[in-house]
Amino acid sequence: MMHIPCICCGLRDESEFICAGTAHMVRPGLNEDDAAWGEYLFFRDNPKGVHLERWRHSFGCGQWFNLVRHTVTHEILAVYAMTGSPP
Amino acid sequence: MKYSTWSLLRGALTGHRNWPAAWRDATPKPRYDIIIVGGGGHGLAAAYYLAKNHGITNVAVLERGWIGGGNTGRNTTIVRSNYLYPESARLYDFSLKLYEGLTRSLNFNIMLSQRGLVMLAHSRHDLDSQARFANAMCMNGIAAEMLTREEVGALAPALDLSPRARLPVLGGLTQRRAGTARHDAVAWGYARAASALGVDIVQNCEVRGFIKEGGRVVGVDTSVARIRADRVGIAAAGHSSVLAAMAGFRLPVTSYALQAMVTEPIKPLLDTVVLSPGTGAYVSQSDKGEMVIGAMLDLFPSYAQRGSFAVTQAVLAATLALFPCFSRLQLLRQWAGIVDVVHDSSPILGATPIPNLYINCGWGTGGFKGIPVGGWTFAHVLATGSNHPLAEPFQLQRFITGRLIDEAAASGIAH
Repeated sequence: MMHIPCICCGLRDESEFICAGTAHMVRPGLNEDDAAWGEYLFFRDNPKGVHLERWRHSFGCGQWFNLVRHTVTHEILAVYAMTGSPP
Repeated sequence: MKYSTWSLLRGALTGHRNWPAAWRDATPKPRYDIIIVGGGGHGLAAAYYLAKNHGITNVAVLERGWIGGGNTGRNTTIVRSNYLYPESARLYDFSLKLYEGLTRSLNFNIMLSQRGLVMLAHSRHDLDSQARFANAMCMNGIAAEMLTREEVGALAPALDLSPRARLPVLGGLTQRRAGTARHDAVAWGYARAASALGVDIVQNCEVRGFIKEGGRVVGVDTSVARIRADRVGIAAAGHSSVLAAMAGFRLPVTSYALQAMVTEPIKPLLDTVVLSPGTGAYVSQSDKGEMVIGAMLDLFPSYAQRGSFAVTQAVLAATLALFPCFSRLQLLRQWAGIVDVVHDSSPILGATPIPNLYINCGWGTGGFKGIPVGGWTFAHVLATGSNHPLAEPFQLQRFITGRLIDEAAASGIAH
């Protein structure tokens, strides 16, 4: 089980958190075409390696934050605020 | 060599020392008509149907490890066709029908056991949604039956059916043609039949890039050699995105770990497949006697074939609530496969944005049951360049047009 460093509560068990997928997705403008919206909604890099992703301490303080995590080793390389930029 | 009672007898009389290899472990030639990347069930089946249905035998299947060693060797071997939408019903039932004749057509016993599958209803809401589901299946021409609690009990007496159970069973839905098949036999049966028709199966050959000329794919760079081909097909399940990135496009895929585990073998106890969609747990008993337990996804992106203990614990807790008599069984093995999940839980079968490059992916948690139809339709598009009618609705383009086949949200199916 991963121990995830909540930005507010510190290290907690993975079962207290939910992962909400890739971070820093930019919503297209209202006038953009279907291809841009399809890309935004569905298409992902899905890297085998370092991934920037959003997590929430749902069964804890409720805080949203970002993780830099490796998708093979599950090693957590950095934690930063929801509105922060990746380190 | 044709397998038969006589070949078995001959083998027995010679101490089983003279069995020829089931298939030829090939070294790659410099050029093929078609290369398939990925030697799992889907890749091997596609190679077989290319040779069998289309007469194209100058084909190579390139496998990074050993054949059937990825998700084909990591699933819970369940086959079924209980889907909601007509497109899915057609696709998966075609697959189940091919499975029904596969032992004979491959001359390899895939040990298909149509022991039926029971989806449990734990609430009034489950009963309502299962009635809708059963009606949809019947409308699609696939037999489905609603079961009372007593009928569920007759099929799986080991279930805790008491009204005070943690997960009360109010009834269920069954597809009696569903069941299990031997996963290794499916991979090896297709490999043997494809190899006999001239297909090269190359193991320990990792694709590291695609050779492109004028924007078109004309071959692959591998850990072994540079190999050219007229067309290339990717059938790499959880690693589809990695290969797509090498080729220069993106997929609507996220890779997750999906766990399964088996207990120590016991005497026959459960002769059907039991699925509890509400908890994500599903159980069947293997021919060796092990209870095969499958889980829901580990819901964070992962390429680690381990699985998170949090999910192991949750699925075992649910399984024990359903079958309290399992409480003293010991787990023998636990593992995970990396599955390629797309937003609508339906596969992607056809062209990619790169000319000459095709893909078979997106089966997510349900790839094993789709092996025959995945191979059949993938072979069709690789051979002809046009989609098989069954695969037409399952194109990558649907994620742009919005014409999804949403088995995930509509049916609440587990996998």
